[in-house]
Amino acid sequence: MTLDFARQSAYFWALLPEIVLATWTMLVLVVDVFRSSDHPEESRAPVAWMSLAGLVVAGAANAYLLSMREAAPTGMIAVDSFRVFTNFILLLAAGLAICLSFGYLQRRHIDRGEFYVLVLFATVGMMLMAGSRDLILMFIALEVMSVAIYVLVGYHRQDPRSSEASLKYFLLGAFSSGFFLYGIALLFGATGSTHLPTIGTMLGDGVGTASPVALAGMALVLVGLGFKVAAVPFHVWTPDAYDGAPTPVTALMATGVKAAAFAAFIRVFAVGLGGVREDWAPVVWVLAALTMVAANLVALTQGSVKRMLAYSSIAHAGYLLVALLSANQAGAAAFLFYLLVYTVMTAGAFGIVIANSQGDHERVSLEDYAGFGWQQPLLGAAFGLFLLSLAGFPLTGGFLGKLYIIRSALESDNVPLAVVLVLASLISYFYYLRVIVVMYMRPAASANSHDQAGLAVPGRAAIAVAAVAVLALFFAASPVMRAAESSVASLFPAAPALFGMTP
Amino acid sequence: MIAQTLPANAGLYLSAILFAIGVAGVMIRRNAIILFMCIELMLNAANLAFVWFSPFAGVQGQVFVFFVIAVAAAEAAVGLAIILAVFRHKETVNINEFSLLRF
Repeated sequence: MTLDFARQSAYFWALLPEIVLATWTMLVLVVDVFRSSDHPEESRAPVAWMSLAGLVVAGAANAYLLSMREAAPTGMIAVDSFRVFTNFILLLAAGLAICLSFGYLQRRHIDRGEFYVLVLFATVGMMLMAGSRDLILMFIALEVMSVAIYVLVGYHRQDPRSSEASLKYFLLGAFSSGFFLYGIALLFGATGSTHLPTIGTMLGDGVGTASPVALAGMALVLVGLGFKVAAVPFHVWTPDAYDGAPTPVTALMATGVKAAAFAAFIRVFAVGLGGVREDWAPVVWVLAALTMVAANLVALTQGSVKRMLAYSSIAHAGYLLVALLSANQAGAAAFLFYLLVYTVMTAGAFGIVIANSQGDHERVSLEDYAGFGWQQPLLGAAFGLFLLSLAGFPLTGGFLGKLYIIRSALESDNVPLAVVLVLASLISYFYYLRVIVVMYMRPAASANSHDQAGLAVPGRAAIAVAAVAVLALFFAASPVMRAAESSVASLFPAAPALFGMTP
Repeated sequence: MIAQTLPANAGLYLSAILFAIGVAGVMIRRNAIILFMCIELMLNAANLAFVWFSPFAGVQGQVFVFFVIAVAAAEAAVGLAIILAVFRHKETVNINEFSLLRF
């Protein structure tokens, strides 16, 4: 089907996955309200299952999006396979987070249906943000996502740590939104549009090139998105928010929110501002190098595994920025591939952090993992796999992802950054392997200190899926890589014109 | 008529000054509510910029302001609820007092 955005009805088809998910979410909300008035004390598992079903339905609608083509890239939302690919990553991240929250919410006495509704609304926001081709839609989607996540971070109201994390995340998140919005306003003033391809042509045609207003707008948009992807030096909120949030929410923030922000990043900078690359590339270069080095060094000093994983997710933002800087399609494809690997391995690692919690105790310090590998052999092996993959050890998807990123950096003559990436991952080996050492080589506090450790069946399934995916993304990576490459080709609509292929 | 007597870009300068005041406020002040007010000031500075640009850049600039106002209202609802939840634990909204999350 060809969508012509001159007709408003085209938007209905273009937004199908988001419309389906948003409608389903409202349905879940209503069902939950009616159920909880009848059975206030009952478990919310049916609501969680219904939310998962909603994600599957949205995934089907998303696959249907593949059959659609747009007549011209004039819409506020992009209809391309890059969007379909990122939407699948986001739905997967939300699905893993919901699976991991089974049982965890009951243990911490915060099992209420709104949790799942908020996760789904945040997912709608993420999908819109990752697919938007217009800065205003991107801003609104970012807020739809962020407002739901602010609430989720502070979801455990009785826990002072959760509330504190929520406040810190809210204040800095709203602060960064202010930067982003002012940047949009300045870009709008400089180019007369908020539509990214139009901004691209205006800047590329020299109308606004290097005008101070456009430069300031770019800088502010970079700051706003830098906050959301947690690039150093805009990362200060990340460890606190990740540490204090309920762990399934941390998993969602580290995977879905970051993936959505990165997809928006690539749409704004590689597509919208791709013509004035010389103006922003040096800044992003410094951000990437700083992020990789600083985050890995600070992660070394962390005594809490949850906080260590928070710094690791910051470091991974640096690796993804390297892929983004490689101004070629290989870079963007490596970026998508790594985003997928990163999502499964990070969600899996946070899943083990959930498995190690008992009752209302999070048990995230390094000593709490002593003997975990022997007393919980399956979960321990899965944790080892995720940590090795995060470090980039061969035979895991993380290794291949890093390899693709390094290759794209070398192809675009960005050798210094590739060297920094390799050195930074060498540092990271130390703190990832330390957890494995503690898990297997230090005796547990008592013979049954991990007996209660474990997850509900959906959580175990999520970890199994993540573990299989991490392995599959090494051993059977080529179909995924091909899909990533073809979806990236749709991101750069100008590319075929170089070869005279446009009619 | 008034616009002609003003220096060129006056509105842009005004909005930039408001934005800078908002940013400085967030950096300097330690009261969560005042921080939040400063953030609102930043959003409204952006609104002013949108309106100022709209005669040259397109009338949609004035429409965006409504979106931003709606978003700011949603943010205020959630933000004040969060500040309230934190106040219940600490009986204060001074952000220097919040130091549970340190390594």
